[in-house]
Amino acid sequence: MQQAIALNRFGLGAKPNQPAPGDPRTWLQDQLTRFDARPAPIAAVPDYAAVTAETQKIREAQRAARTMSPEAQADARAMNGNLRALMNQHVQARVAAAVASDTPFVERLVHFWANHFAVSTNKADIMVGAGPFEFEAIRPHVLGRFSDMVMAVEYHPVMMSYLDQPVSVGPNSPMGQRFAKRRMGLNENLAREIMELHTLGVRSGYTQADVTEFARALTGHTIVGMGVAADAPGNYGSSYFMAEIHEPGERTVLGKRYPAGQAEQSRAILADLVARPETAKFVATKLARHFVADDPPAPLVARMQQAFLASGGDLPTVYRALIASPEAWASPLSKFKTPWDWTISVWRGAGADPEMMATTQSLLQRLGQPVWQPGSPAGWSDFNASWAGSDELMRRVDAATRMFARNPQPMSPALAQSLLPGTLRPQTSKVIASAPPPQQLALLFVSPEFQRR
Amino acid sequence: MNVNRRQILYAGLTGGALLLAVPSLLPAHPPGDRRLIFIIQRGALDGLQAVPPVGDPDFGGMRGVLGEVAGVQKLDSMFGLHPSLAGVGKIYAQKQALFVHAVASPYRDRSHFDGQNVLESGGLQPFDMDNGWLNRLMGLESGLNAVSLSAGVPLALAGPNTVASFEPAPVGRINQPLLDKVSALYADDAQLHPLWEEAVDTRKLAYDIQQGEPKTATQAERLARLTTGFLKAPNGPRIAMIETQQWDTHTQQISRLKNQLSQFDLLLTGLQAGLGDMWKNTLVIAATEFGRTVSINGTGGTDHGTGSVAMLFGGTVAGGRVVADWPGLKRAQQQDGRDLKPTTDLHAVISGAVADHFGLPPSKVAQTLFPERSVTPLRDLIRT
Repeated sequence: MQQAIALNRFGLGAKPNQPAPGDPRTWLQDQLTRFDARPAPIAAVPDYAAVTAETQKIREAQRAARTMSPEAQADARAMNGNLRALMNQHVQARVAAAVASDTPFVERLVHFWANHFAVSTNKADIMVGAGPFEFEAIRPHVLGRFSDMVMAVEYHPVMMSYLDQPVSVGPNSPMGQRFAKRRMGLNENLAREIMELHTLGVRSGYTQADVTEFARALTGHTIVGMGVAADAPGNYGSSYFMAEIHEPGERTVLGKRYPAGQAEQSRAILADLVARPETAKFVATKLARHFVADDPPAPLVARMQQAFLASGGDLPTVYRALIASPEAWASPLSKFKTPWDWTISVWRGAGADPEMMATTQSLLQRLGQPVWQPGSPAGWSDFNASWAGSDELMRRVDAATRMFARNPQPMSPALAQSLLPGTLRPQTSKVIASAPPPQQLALLFVSPEFQRR
Repeated sequence: MNVNRRQILYAGLTGGALLLAVPSLLPAHPPGDRRLIFIIQRGALDGLQAVPPVGDPDFGGMRGVLGEVAGVQKLDSMFGLHPSLAGVGKIYAQKQALFVHAVASPYRDRSHFDGQNVLESGGLQPFDMDNGWLNRLMGLESGLNAVSLSAGVPLALAGPNTVASFEPAPVGRINQPLLDKVSALYADDAQLHPLWEEAVDTRKLAYDIQQGEPKTATQAERLARLTTGFLKAPNGPRIAMIETQQWDTHTQQISRLKNQLSQFDLLLTGLQAGLGDMWKNTLVIAATEFGRTVSINGTGGTDHGTGSVAMLFGGTVAGGRVVADWPGLKRAQQQDGRDLKPTTDLHAVISGAVADHFGLPPSKVAQTLFPERSVTPLRDLIRT
């Protein structure tokens, strides 16, 4: 039972050819020292600098084509397909890393943080950036300090672009004054979501005035090649501080005054936000909800919050508090796997080949959770009710059935035992044994014990 | 003794005669024929552009280019209708559309996620309640089953009553032997068994509805066909919830809303056409989590605000009018000096419309749907 919990609640499901973890807690803790932030599949795909260079090339070709023949314009438009292909490479790299991983607990943490700091390729500007954002701003910090991750994330061009930061202009900045008649002004989106979704958590005591002040402090942080920074120096698509649009003056956030400080002003505010107890509580609650239960036990949350505060936001200390807590190992299995977790655990359990794994994004589209496409900056829901619905269940059954429909081999009963040690029910074994071979793996993967963790 | 008995007989006779003579005391429709569709507009619809108060002297000045009135259909002396809502305008002309303006739920902050939570849960504060007002409505009358046209059951329909959900997409053929095997897998599972039974029924119905669908149909038209197909099915659901997204127009609002509202228009006209005779017994409620700022922002859009517009459609709606206690648009009249000030309680709109539509006691509906505070249902929204 404890092995099944380690494999599924904390991991990405068992692989039939891997030995079962010995001591489940030690197995998880060891992963914190073995994790590879840049595994082979991710090292092999174009990074942020490469994808923005490609984007710039395509945008310039499209601009040049505007005065050309309709055929040339159509060709230029078709170059958007290159960007989609790049994004597919990133999705495949994420899938391959997760399926191959021998540190699945830490992979899950990467996925958790990428969802905490969610961006969505529904916004065309960032389509090709979502993967590199996760690989370059999240992965290297998943075993570091929370504050380092926050600083890497919030000023990353992909996050700034997603939350409309590049177009936010201080009304009293030099450029804001010069173009007062033009429609340029403050955009609060990034400031609000940092406070509400990334650090303090909603309803934790900050006010609209705090959001506006923080938004003023953030002005100036923009992106080379976008909007007012169209002609800024530096590589297209990289972060850039533009003093001409920064709102001058001191700011007051949550009762504390911050002297005028150009680019550093918002960093000083952000550093204080991440150190507040509200942030520790918000992060602890979300982590506990993700791994343990929709309504996580209060003592567990309190212990993780304490670990966060006492260690200055050292994330491995928080993870160790989670692993050490008895509440984290309680049965029954109360969480229902998200489509992502379910799909990866199916690929791992079935020993999927690259051809199967190449279908992941279209599969996740059908299952309601395409990679890097949450509907809002809040990311995907981490509550069971969002995933355990009648239609979702049917779609998983459809998907599983299609995956193995041409598989003539009967399933080995030992496979079910190795994927679900201690949790496989006799009823599931019985139903599988009674089904024709092409349906057997599908039935294992839609069984209640495989879909829960 | 005799007299007493006679008096009682007389009283009974009178009572019976009174009932027969005044049919309005009886339910005007047999139970079971009323349908409800709730359309959620996620992302905060700008009510000031969908149903612009063109008669307000401050409208043009406050809105800048968003106050453009070319092509706006005049609804009354104060309000107009966005040019992309031509089909909705026809429903209005048929007196089957009603707009309630300057409306808001009790939520007064500006987070989508919290605002949607209050809109759907019917609570006073975000995350006060973990189930939704539509689900609680299902408990007020037997046979009020519901389907959600979405990937997953949204909070408004989440709760103790089992709800079907169906993500609008084409379904393949039905493999009965496989479905039976899966049923056996879930037979003893208290959570998955009812979900699965629901899924199988819904799948079979959706398969039937989608037979013969035109290949060229837009997403909005498919959604309308599915929704009306479910509602018309014998023993099918009587409540449907439809998800619409991407109303969050921080940038490029003019072009984005034009597209969003065109899709919404197709959806509404599709629902009316698809329901046929059933439209006369249908109430459609469309609502968003909050409105947007009165003034345009620096990026051609609007930011999160407070008051917006709620829309009622259908044959039972006492429509052809805009209901508003108009607050005005001057800076001093705005909520927090930036938003349309809400003057009508969305919960009063929903509880009043739903109660009168289904012939349920309004106070009981208000207490059940919005139990955390006292709501006085608005009573003149439905034809009686």
